[in-house]
Amino acid sequence: MYPAPSIIAFTTLSGLGFGLLFWLGVDGTPPTGWVALVFFALGLGLAGAGLLASAAHLGRPERALKAFTQWRSSWLSREAWAAAAAMTLMGVYGAALVLWQVDLRLLGWLGALACGGAVFTTAMIYTQLRTVPRWHHWSTPALFLLLALTGGALLSGRVSVAIPLLMLSGLVQGLVWWDGDRRFARSGTTMATATGLTGGDIRAFEPPHTGDNYLLREMVYVVGRKHAAKLRVIAITLMSALPTALLLLPFGHVWAALAVLSHIAGVATARWLFFAQAEHVVGLYYGKR
Amino acid sequence: MTCLPDKTDRQLGLVIDLDTCVGCHACVVSCKGWNTEHYGAPLSDQDPYGADPSGTFLNRVHSYELRPEDAPAQLVHFPKSCLHCVDAPCVTVCPTGASYKRTEDGIVLVNESDCIGCGLCAWACPYGARELDLAAGVMKKCTLCVDRIYNDNLPPQDRTPACVRTCPAGARHFGDLSDPASEVSQLVAERGGFELMPEQGTAPANRYLPPRPKDRWQDDASVLAPFLEPVAQEPKGFLGWLDRTLEKL
Ligand code: SF4
Ligand code: SF4
Repeated sequence: MYPAPSIIAFTTLSGLGFGLLFWLGVDGTPPTGWVALVFFALGLGLAGAGLLASAAHLGRPERALKAFTQWRSSWLSREAWAAAAAMTLMGVYGAALVLWQVDLRLLGWLGALACGGAVFTTAMIYTQLRTVPRWHHWSTPALFLLLALTGGALLSGRVSVAIPLLMLSGLVQGLVWWDGDRRFARSGTTMATATGLTGGDIRAFEPPHTGDNYLLREMVYVVGRKHAAKLRVIAITLMSALPTALLLLPFGHVWAALAVLSHIAGVATARWLFFAQAEHVVGLYYGKR
Repeated sequence: MTCLPDKTDRQLGLVIDLDTCVGCHACVVSCKGWNTEHYGAPLSDQDPYGADPSGTFLNRVHSYELRPEDAPAQLVHFPKSCLHCVDAPCVTVCPTGASYKRTEDGIVLVNESDCIGCGLCAWACPYGARELDLAAGVMKKCTLCVDRIYNDNLPPQDRTPACVRTCPAGARHFGDLSDPASEVSQLVAERGGFELMPEQGTAPANRYLPPRPKDRWQDDASVLAPFLEPVAQEPKGFLGWLDRTLEKL
């Protein structure tokens, strides 16, 4: 699949933002006043920036509000609702803390729940697609949620929680790559099932068009896959190993800031791979994957 | 509404004969010709006369080489457009309600004035039947020529999808696949018509008829073989004399 920068930015930033807001929502002793303002502005800003980035990849962004209508059937529509609910609830909860130093506990919990819902529904947009076997697996929402929790813990300065989460999400990411490489074969979709031709070996002889087209650009994106192994090492180092090491050093704000930046760069790289390595079954019609 | 209907009154669709298709791409051209000026936004092209042309098409013809172990390779032309699936995954993923399946005839359509161009439905379709039009920013797909098949202004023989009307080989058939008595259903039954990617669970309406088995070369393949022996092995008469004389020179 084409790793559109807007979608990578969307999933990375909104995951991080909702992760941070989640930890703020479940915090028994949340920050107040100016400190709260900084944290909530950061969380809402990241989540909002991610959502804006996602609107940028629409063909007709001016109609984006119509995406709220089909929550009964569509995960993308549910994601719009969950994100809007999470930002509203956390906005009110945060405003009370910033302006009046009031901790509206119930609202905090509800907001945290909605933040989890927003990340989960985002992941389900990809997970639901049987056409992309690498994504069509319960581990996709599990990893999205885990990475949001990790990034949020890191951003909110919860060092003792962040260290085990960093190690766990690194491990899960590794397993997802290992298993993901085998899912296309497991799905059972082949050139033979795609064409229904039997009795011999099938080869794509002539493509239907001499130039490229929307399908090839969007769903049969193969550029850069040859660097996948190296990028995986880079991603896991930046996302998990390096931040863990930095947090284990005697605490310093510079190290913590570096850990956050490294983690974000790592997650963005892993997200690039999430798309670039995802093979859509339509590639089989072109004799490609 | 992007929930799928529980059942449709009819299920219109195409039956495509892989044995008959000659790979001329006439259906591709007639489809583009009709649909670029009727239902919805035109089918745009990008850089059509330049170095890197590309464009939106609702129907495309692939060609495959089938290579049996013990027989000559066989070329199969393979037209592909929306299969108007009964369990269309492209419909349920749509966040806006733009994609829908009609209850009256099972046709899957896009209401372009609701489409936000998110592209998710094209990702959900296993067959590559949907293409986002880059000029209009909305999703395009085969409509089964919904603006021809019910069109009283057209002569009766034209009230069929443009591709079916055009195919010079008669490789495309149109009809109601939910009615076992219909011509298309009988064709499917007779020829062993099959679904594409059944494991994807889309329950496509369109069916494909397999290429017929080719006959094989055998030792005395033709009853005419004995008559095809060369008649005169050695030249006789004047030609014989000429041959011998020239040989001696
Ligand atoms: S062929 Fe593709 S676009 Fe057509 S109904 Fe099936 S899933 Fe939808
Ligand atoms: S591109 Fe249009 S029709 Fe397709 S899912 Fe998005 S809004 Fe629906």
